Amino acid sequence: MQEVKDSKVVQRELFPPMIKGDHSFATVTDKISDKTLKRKTPLGWFVGFGIGFILLQVFMLTITYLVFAGIGIFGTNQPVGWAFPIINFVWWIGIGHAGTLISAILLLLNQKWRTSINRFAEAMTLFAVACAGMYPLFHTGRPWLAFWMFPYPNTMGMWPQFRSPLIWDVFAVSTYATVSLLFWYIGLIPDLATLRDRAKNKFFRIIYGLLSWGWRGSARHWHRYEIAYLLLAGLSTPLVLSVHSIVSFDFSVSQVPGWHATIFPPYFVAGAVFAGFAMVLILCIPLRVWYNMKDLITDRHLVLMGKVMLATGLIVCYGYAMEAFFGWYSANEFEMFMIKNRIWTGPYWWSYWLLILCNGISIQFLWFKRFRESAFWLFIISLVVSVGMWLERFVIIVTSLNRDFLPSSWGMYSPTIWDWSMFLGTIGLFVTLIFLFVRFLPVISIFEVRTLLPQANVHGHSEDFEENILESEGATERA
Amino acid sequence: MDKKIYGLLAEFDTPTQLVEAAQKVREAGFTRTDAFSPFPIHEMDRALGIKRSILPYLVFAGGVAGLLTGLALQYYVHVIDYPIIVGGRPFLSLPSFIPPMFELTILFASFAAVFGMLLLNGLPQPYHPVFNVPRFALATREKFFLLIETVDPKFNYDETRSFMQSLNAQEVFDVDE
Repeated sequence: MQEVKDSKVVQRELFPPMIKGDHSFATVTDKISDKTLKRKTPLGWFVGFGIGFILLQVFMLTITYLVFAGIGIFGTNQPVGWAFPIINFVWWIGIGHAGTLISAILLLLNQKWRTSINRFAEAMTLFAVACAGMYPLFHTGRPWLAFWMFPYPNTMGMWPQFRSPLIWDVFAVSTYATVSLLFWYIGLIPDLATLRDRAKNKFFRIIYGLLSWGWRGSARHWHRYEIAYLLLAGLSTPLVLSVHSIVSFDFSVSQVPGWHATIFPPYFVAGAVFAGFAMVLILCIPLRVWYNMKDLITDRHLVLMGKVMLATGLIVCYGYAMEAFFGWYSANEFEMFMIKNRIWTGPYWWSYWLLILCNGISIQFLWFKRFRESAFWLFIISLVVSVGMWLERFVIIVTSLNRDFLPSSWGMYSPTIWDWSMFLGTIGLFVTLIFLFVRFLPVISIFEVRTLLPQANVHGHSEDFEENILESEGATERA
Repeated sequence: MDKKIYGLLAEFDTPTQLVEAAQKVREAGFTRTDAFSPFPIHEMDRALGIKRSILPYLVFAGGVAGLLTGLALQYYVHVIDYPIIVGGRPFLSLPSFIPPMFELTILFASFAAVFGMLLLNGLPQPYHPVFNVPRFALATREKFFLLIETVDPKFNYDETRSFMQSLNAQEVFDVDE
């Protein structure tokens, strides 16, 4: 018996628990599922949902007027023919990437801390992609004809142009949305079964029962489930890298100085993960306070996310440096002019320096433990980074377009009130969906949290503790 | 034994007990068995003798199908049905066909993974006899269950029942058909 106890101590030291407090399978289940099933909704939920819902009405109003009047209501015009709609599209898509990174890449890397945050990070991905989708959809001006972007035999005898990055984008984003939805839903099935079995209300029992597809936790089902989950993670990993690479092709395949750069794909992907982790922190810091879940989303989770933010932020800064360097190194008149114009001689120089302040300077605080370990400062830095990543797209798009090759076609861009209301509106859509998700579905993956508890280890299948660990790790790889 | 039963279900408190019981049940020669747990237990596969699923092959096939669909679609559009020169590139401009081909590979493989898993698992299946045991609701919360079906050739109600009780089970339930 003594030996078993010793090995437990060793295990605690080797793998510090990601779950705090004295939890059992039952208590983690109850704690997470009660947030959904408990009848009393916290007041904070109504406040948050209310704000989101009001902003959603702003969105409805905007798109109604947009469809009525046409896209001339936006400030987008020559030479800046691509402004707020694409800035916001890229911003939202980027935010989504952290969700897939957390759920897929961290799973493949066997990072156990992902378990407490993957569910709502995936939900965030879905909702962010939905918000992103609104821009190309409504920027077409005739959203009811958006299906023309897909290849299907039609009476017009027309096909999409597959050599265009914009069509690649259609494929990338629609695949990304579909696979993210599948991944998220598959992860939800066992937890929906838990809700089905715990719901007192008959209506919800039927709804959750239908959604869980009769899941009963059979060992054979788990076996295939884990294979499917791992394969989906393996498929999502190259997918998420490809999506933002293809988004960056929208720019880099063109000839515009400031866009035509080989650094774009990795630089966009790092920026996407950077922005996404900032959004995950913005969502989970208040969530764990309001829903009293500091034992499941611990301070250690926040510190780790802060570190990822710092790492990806530094890659993004490297991207800024390389952009400037290649502007000079290319020895191309237009490239050099673009960089000068962007940084100090152009009318939008302030946006570049705000961007450096938000994305370059602000994250340097994360080197220090004091800031990294403070939820308050992480929240503030995340907000600043979100603004910074928005500015990055503004800088890339507007400063590159407003000074064309010929001075005769130079022009200024300023957004109209409808540009802003559409942006605010999609934030409303996002907030509304997040609050509905928090209310009706388990925000943390219950079955995966159960596996993190020490009780979940099967003892006695190997005399040696270390072998036991190796064995179980080997099993994870195989499954 | 008048009423028709589907099998016997034993309840356990810990995953270790479940794995050990499953191993003994298999060693005793039962084949129509199943285990239920609130989370995946990797040791279960060996204990119950679960064979490696064919799912990965389906996913690979799905991926290949996606790749070929992407290639065939773009070849048909740009070479056969509507050949038009864009940007001075050849009709069959493979490098620019790669992104859609790649995305369709991922899409089809993911469909194969998700729907293949559900299909092989026989889901959706809203009704299953084990749901008739009221305690089974705890299988999605904290308890572990082991099932031996009556169709098992070695099944004998009294003997199997006492055998299952000897496995340190909390309780053994009759599962109504």
